[in-house]
Amino acid sequence: MKKIFLITALTVLSLTVFSQTENRAMPSVNVTDMEGGKVNTSDFNNDGKPMIVNFWATWCSPCKRELNNIADIYDDWVEETGVKLIAISIDDARNSGKVAQYVNGKAWEYEVYIDANQDLKRALNVNNVPHTFLLNGKGEIVWQHNSYSEGDEYTLYEAVKALADGKSVKH
Amino acid sequence: MKFKAFKLLTVITVLVFSNNLLAQSLDEVLNRGQVHGNFGTDIQYYQVDSLIGANQTPNEDVLMNGFANFIYTNGNFSAGFRYESYMNALQGFPEKYKGNGIGYRFASYTNDDMTVTVGNYYEQFGNGLIYRTYEARGLGYDNSMDGIRVNYKIREGLNVKGIIGTQRLYFEQGEGILRGVDGELMVNDFFGGSLKDSKTKLTLGGSFISKYQADQSSQYNLPENVGAYSGRFLIRHKKISFNGEYAEKINDPSFDNGYIYKKGTAFYAETAYSTKGFGITLSAKGNDNMSFRSDRDADQQDLLINYIPALTRQHTYNLLATLYPYATQPNGEMAFQGELVYKIKKKSFLGGKYGMGLLINYSTIYNIDSTGIESPENDSTQMGYTTNIFAIGDDRYYDEINVEITKKFSKKVKAIFTYSNMMFNQSVIQGKEPASKYPDIYANIGVIDLTYKINRKHALRTEIQGLFTQQDQKEWATLLIEYSFSPHWFIAVMDQYNYGNTDKDINGDFNKRIHYYFTSAGYVRGANRFQVGYGRQRAGIFCVGGICRTVPAANGLTLSITSSF
Repeated sequence: MKKIFLITALTVLSLTVFSQTENRAMPSVNVTDMEGGKVNTSDFNNDGKPMIVNFWATWCSPCKRELNNIADIYDDWVEETGVKLIAISIDDARNSGKVAQYVNGKAWEYEVYIDANQDLKRALNVNNVPHTFLLNGKGEIVWQHNSYSEGDEYTLYEAVKALADGKSVKH
Repeated sequence: MKFKAFKLLTVITVLVFSNNLLAQSLDEVLNRGQVHGNFGTDIQYYQVDSLIGANQTPNEDVLMNGFANFIYTNGNFSAGFRYESYMNALQGFPEKYKGNGIGYRFASYTNDDMTVTVGNYYEQFGNGLIYRTYEARGLGYDNSMDGIRVNYKIREGLNVKGIIGTQRLYFEQGEGILRGVDGELMVNDFFGGSLKDSKTKLTLGGSFISKYQADQSSQYNLPENVGAYSGRFLIRHKKISFNGEYAEKINDPSFDNGYIYKKGTAFYAETAYSTKGFGITLSAKGNDNMSFRSDRDADQQDLLINYIPALTRQHTYNLLATLYPYATQPNGEMAFQGELVYKIKKKSFLGGKYGMGLLINYSTIYNIDSTGIESPENDSTQMGYTTNIFAIGDDRYYDEINVEITKKFSKKVKAIFTYSNMMFNQSVIQGKEPASKYPDIYANIGVIDLTYKINRKHALRTEIQGLFTQQDQKEWATLLIEYSFSPHWFIAVMDQYNYGNTDKDINGDFNKRIHYYFTSAGYVRGANRFQVGYGRQRAGIFCVGGICRTVPAANGLTLSITSSF
């Protein structure tokens, strides 16, 4: 029974993979905003301009380093390309109550949401944090990167600028 | 067998095309479908290491965990599965994970505000006090449901969830059947009109869950249906918020509580204020007899239905996180936490050129004041003890004041300074008996995390940590040096050294002053990451090489690969 299941599943998958031509769209998952309201991720939108979706957590030091480093130059990024950074916190009930105060305490200007039971993390196949996705003007994922080292924000910005100029992005 | 296969193939084909019938070619429908997935594996080659007590390597020499998730989406339909492999499971990982199999499979569709999921799923009600099924892959924690879940938005502002199923127990299912319902009302959205723009927002929620497990005991008259319920609210007025949840569980005699018939209670309350540059959170949590499993005789990580979080700061620096980590006491505790986050402005005295970040966290945890029943052997009610959920007891379990300062000194240099003063009741938290032999630990811990940017793409990061205490293993020091070459490479060396240990062997030499050295290097490109490591590693959250992940203890050579597509 298991074998038949696997064979069937793999057949459907392979038929799809060979014909997969489109970029991935944001899946439809409910996340919580900083005021406790529910937002559906398929509604994320930046008026045709690029979007960065970055997964982080209050206990993840490289994530905080990345978001702090970008915070220093975010105003320039927004002015030059109109990009919007959406930060998704995967903090669970242990820390989710402190996220809004942390974000404000750091004076970040990002749009922040909480994915408390990691539904979005699973739907986007994220293994570890930090994990960054770049979406084009149509809301499709065109680039992604796992982990953060000092200087990675420049590589990310090269991709953002390329998108803003209407060019395609290389992974 | 052949007929079953045909039936299954038909079912899947129908599901895939059900919302795309007629007028559309196979090509078109398949083109809209997408496959994505992620993969992770950890492979460990163990070495004999008598210094840390690893006198015997596992017979296999090499142990390995691996998994791959695949998700197929097409319009409103999605389905997927996870293949897991433990050949055999890493040391420190739950042993009962053995062999290979499909650990997770589901199919789901969304239509007109209703989402139906069949197969495996994860779900949480409110804060998780009575129900939370989730996975923590690095810890081997997975209590997924196998059954049916329905999510329905009745109207704007009113959402209902219903769940039914059994829970995962390694590659099998647990004995109990769970069923539950959760409703959430966002008052402002529901009533609409002028309320929508009001500066005051109110959300109310309630949930109920019940488990069924047959009574096979000859000694007790065990309740077969055990229910738990909770109510929650969130009020927000401009920049201030106040939220709380209260939960109760009816009599649930179990292995965890010694088969008593006392009910369980838990509550969580939080008030917070934040504005740009400043945030403060004050929270309290109490839980008494709230261990809730779908099999009353299960233990350890198995078949837990709910999630009671630890109300302490979650640490990631090695000496703060791996030596004395706090774990919620399932049978009862009362915790308080306060956290303040403040950004000291640029150009001010302390702020300097770039400003300075300040974080202060204080948490304290006590037992709940309870009175044991006199002569328990004569107690026909089997209640165990009496208590008031809001009464603090005399036993202190944990106390910590933690201060963190983040400062950028120049374009090339920035640092994070952390100081913690901690009290840790090792007898209760780590179950060490007798308490007289294992006194409370009082420790001072300091960490300097310094980053030096050599140029735009190269950086050197170093962590210097020290833990100072007169109890237990006495003093420790950790040194970490990490060199990163953006965007692809990193290399790191770390040593955690128990320099203050006063244990002596028969010759009078200090024999427990152990070095836990670990060296690692890695390569990352896009969403693919490879890491090779060698040495001794303690269990806990490990934030080296640009990511954070939970790892079991290790010694020897390790290879980790993660990838997503």
